[in-house]
Amino acid sequence: MKISKLAVAGTLESSDCMVTIEPAKKGIDLELDSVVIRQYGRRIREVAMETLDRLEVKNARVTIVDKGALDCTIKARIECAAARASEFEGRVSWGGTIR
Amino acid sequence: MINAVGRDIPEEIIEITGKEPFQGNLYRDDKPLTLHGPTIRPVMNNEKSKLVANIREALEKCGAHDGMTVSFHHHFREGDLIVNMVMKEIHEMGLKNIRICASSLGKAHSALVPMIEDGTITDIESSGVRGAIGEAISNGKLKGLAIMRSHGGRVRSIATGESHIDIAFIGAPTADDYGNLRGIGGKADCGVLSYAIVDGNHADYCVAITDCLVPYPNFPAHISQTKVDYVCVVDEIGIPSKIATGAAKPTTDQRKLLMAQYCTDVVVNTPWFKDGFSYQTGVGGASIASTQYLAEIMRERNIHMGFGVGGLTKAMCQLLEDGMADVMLDVQDFDLDAVRSLKNVNHHRIPAAVYANPLNKGAVVNKLDYVVLASLEVDVHFNCNVVVGSDGMITGAQGGHPDTAQGAKCAIVICPLLQGRIPAICTDVTTVTTPGESIDVVVTDYGVAVNPARQDILEALKEADCVPLKTIEELRDIAYSIVGEPDKVEFGDRVVGIIEARDGTIMDVVRQIKEV
Repeated sequence: MKISKLAVAGTLESSDCMVTIEPAKKGIDLELDSVVIRQYGRRIREVAMETLDRLEVKNARVTIVDKGALDCTIKARIECAAARASEFEGRVSWGGTIR
Repeated sequence: MINAVGRDIPEEIIEITGKEPFQGNLYRDDKPLTLHGPTIRPVMNNEKSKLVANIREALEKCGAHDGMTVSFHHHFREGDLIVNMVMKEIHEMGLKNIRICASSLGKAHSALVPMIEDGTITDIESSGVRGAIGEAISNGKLKGLAIMRSHGGRVRSIATGESHIDIAFIGAPTADDYGNLRGIGGKADCGVLSYAIVDGNHADYCVAITDCLVPYPNFPAHISQTKVDYVCVVDEIGIPSKIATGAAKPTTDQRKLLMAQYCTDVVVNTPWFKDGFSYQTGVGGASIASTQYLAEIMRERNIHMGFGVGGLTKAMCQLLEDGMADVMLDVQDFDLDAVRSLKNVNHHRIPAAVYANPLNKGAVVNKLDYVVLASLEVDVHFNCNVVVGSDGMITGAQGGHPDTAQGAKCAIVICPLLQGRIPAICTDVTTVTTPGESIDVVVTDYGVAVNPARQDILEALKEADCVPLKTIEELRDIAYSIVGEPDKVEFGDRVVGIIEARDGTIMDVVRQIKEV
């Protein structure tokens, strides 16, 4: 998935996260701000990188502002932001199968 | 050295403080000890006036000096103006190395942070701290140690002389010119002065601060003229609307209502629920709802409460009003209904010593059948943490948690399984405040766990088949299956605070937070 414009998904409500994805020249630049960073920072980065990898996003600047979201929420918000940030069109099979 | 709840207490801390590691709940039971008396200046001359023009004059007359200990009570809660008022004056006098011995400190006292940073305040003894002061301590800004004590533990430390108060400042809703103090009748009524009574008994100097001077004698006095050196009249001692912050609306949160129902089911199906039972509960939405559910069943079965105790709310005082409870014993009022209820002849004020001091000849908590408590975290050993957040930051207070939990025959902790992503039921609490040996039942929205040490309770609840019983490990596993197992929070090496057990031993230490 090629990131061609800036896009956002999610909210700053408790138990949600807001994901911003924008184009970048080389590699993934991930910035994380989380209310549970001391306990789950490592896990959130892991989930984010796995999801981006699965979506085949190679170059992007990704900002996650997390308010205690579960892994499934984080994955969904990243998928959505990436889809919005790309020229992706057509049927979307959410939840692990989109490419 | 590893203590009785498995916490490693550094030798260095044992040396500096002269305290022992926690040895178990009954370690000091029946062991002789000597109490401490203050050094006082008798007032024999009947021409002496106790009135002073301002706080500065009071400080000077009491011989305020570097390194002294000043004390405060927290009945004005988030509306307290006394602590900041006195500390501002001490700061302006340029005094250093001050120890604060407060019954609690909260968000109202953020103005102390710059005084911690510049060395005016170097030591803090309190039930706990919230907000900016907690963050300052966790960030290592306090030069000395923060000692967190339960309400009973504070009385013990002052009465035994472990904590010696040079000057006590007692905010009083009404006072006369000779120092008779009452919690009612003024502009900022807090109802009782229970936490300050030990200060009056053991501090060398005692200064009353009021915004409502009344004619002599202000009787019946809650703190007597015989304890008070000076009386200072100021414009305002507290903000009334912020004193009564416990006046919570009945909750509509289904999760809390479910836990309230489980809690009530536990109470009514255990052997102590019979005519004349005793009960304490808190101010959270679930606690108040469970008191209301309990009242319905008490009516149905015609069971009366012998006595209720604690920080009181409208829900508890209503039981007295309705004739369903015989007596209320009051150490603190969380709302104005509780303050008004003090007019009832069966609503009694009691000093914190009577309520919870572990080292007197038996406190009221020892006579409790049930206590319903909350907790930030509970671990699989039933240890509770009510002081340090799961992120390692100091953010709460012991209050009467360890006192009532040890005293009550059945101590119930209500705790939602998850707080956002944070699992409240975990493998090891961040910091132990109340030992698992005091905790009997844990109520969550996913089920109820009984401490295996209490087979009697487990049998009673199995028999009644009233709540979904789980083991504490099962509850933790459900939590981790939803949110994932959290990484252990990393701390620095420096110990910034001590969680003191009721009896003065060390339950746990709090370390400086590490930057992320």
